[in-house]
Amino acid sequence: MVVKVLSGVLLTLVIILGLGLPMSPHPQSWYELPVIPGLEDKARIIFFHVPMAWLSVIAFLTSMYYAIAYLRTRQMKNDVRSSAAAGLGLLFCILATLTGAVWAKFNWGSYWNWDPRETSIFVLLLIYGAYFSLRSAVETEEKRATLSSVYSIIAAVTVPFFIFIMPRIMTGLHPGAKGDPEGAGPVVEFKMSPNMRLIFYTSLVAFTLLFYWLFQLRVRAAALEAHNDQRG
Amino acid sequence: MEAAESARTSYLRSLRSVFLKDWLSELRTRYAISALLMFVVTTISIILFSLGSEGAPPDALSGMLWVVIFFGAMSGLSRTFVMEEERGTTLTLQLLAPPSAIFFGKLLFNLVLITGLNAVSVALYAAFITGFVIKTVSIFLAAVVLGSLGFASAATIIAAIIARANTRGTLYPVLSFPILLPLLLTVIHATQLASDGAPFSEAIGEIQILISYIVVVTTAAYMLFDYIWKD
Repeated sequence: MVVKVLSGVLLTLVIILGLGLPMSPHPQSWYELPVIPGLEDKARIIFFHVPMAWLSVIAFLTSMYYAIAYLRTRQMKNDVRSSAAAGLGLLFCILATLTGAVWAKFNWGSYWNWDPRETSIFVLLLIYGAYFSLRSAVETEEKRATLSSVYSIIAAVTVPFFIFIMPRIMTGLHPGAKGDPEGAGPVVEFKMSPNMRLIFYTSLVAFTLLFYWLFQLRVRAAALEAHNDQRG
Repeated sequence: MEAAESARTSYLRSLRSVFLKDWLSELRTRYAISALLMFVVTTISIILFSLGSEGAPPDALSGMLWVVIFFGAMSGLSRTFVMEEERGTTLTLQLLAPPSAIFFGKLLFNLVLITGLNAVSVALYAAFITGFVIKTVSIFLAAVVLGSLGFASAATIIAAIIARANTRGTLYPVLSFPILLPLLLTVIHATQLASDGAPFSEAIGEIQILISYIVVVTTAAYMLFDYIWKD
């Protein structure tokens, strides 16, 4: 309940401030965002797009965590959590891809450029897609839980390789990519003014709370469904 | 001391018998071998027909070689586990050998298959695709050998997973592709370097990535195989 209200309030704030605050070339007061040459109003995507991508990664890790927990304990509730997290991860992965693609059309000239980060999120989409096709192909509950847990762990151990492979084979467009003077590390130092930074971090917190709330909701719904099935 | 010794010999013996069993039954039916071979021939002819008399840039040709190998592997490597399920011999095998011996036996079998597949694909590809020239043989050789090892590891564990699922054939490439993608991108890049004639030192990074991929995937597969194999 607290999480739901808090995430709602914070998200509303982020939407109002992130979209509503005026931009000026020389910010004078606290409510004016700086104009970034070449981006202008398009810079506002950072308040929504980056947290979505962040969430899909959090969801991926949560899903793997509960996959390991399932293999250890063999308790169905862990599998329910693992698949609930993966479902949300897929949703936010799609949202991040779509918002990013539309933005790229206006800023980089085409919907898709195979930039390292675009490739990575595409791989994440493929993994989620494969995970759910595997789940739908197995009918027995225990078997489905075991096989999909094993698959998500194997997928998770191969994902880190992309951090090393991508910079070798392509140059990037995203901030923090190869060729960007800011460096090519996986964690990016965005050049943001303090007020942008505040909205950005508020948004990260708000999206994380949103994930937590949706996650609990799905887990509870799945528990109720299982309960109903048992009663016939 | 003696007990440990005899445990190890019996382990190696079961590993070898799993490999030999698969190998002999493969020689009897030649199911996987002929599927792989025909697949390679079919794909290379499609490439030849679609190229016609026109050439393609060397980079594209280097990539297409691995397209042939990927789909070729996907047509045959799942056989070793799917066969056990179809014949209903899974339970017998569970009784007769420890899970990891079964895994490594099947891995060895798949390794032999994929090495053969790669050798045939490369030979046919080099013979019929005229624009495909390898200038640095050492990089290419390393990419093919390490690529085969990585392919075999990932393909074997995914085969074990799909053998247990209900839809076997269609799911195999879908599940394997995201897992194999880091490997594919690296070997394709290495092949491009080899056909550009880059010195061996330029491909050191690729080779490091391939070796660590093999180690990581084989270890993860070995640790997780028990869970798939035991009901």
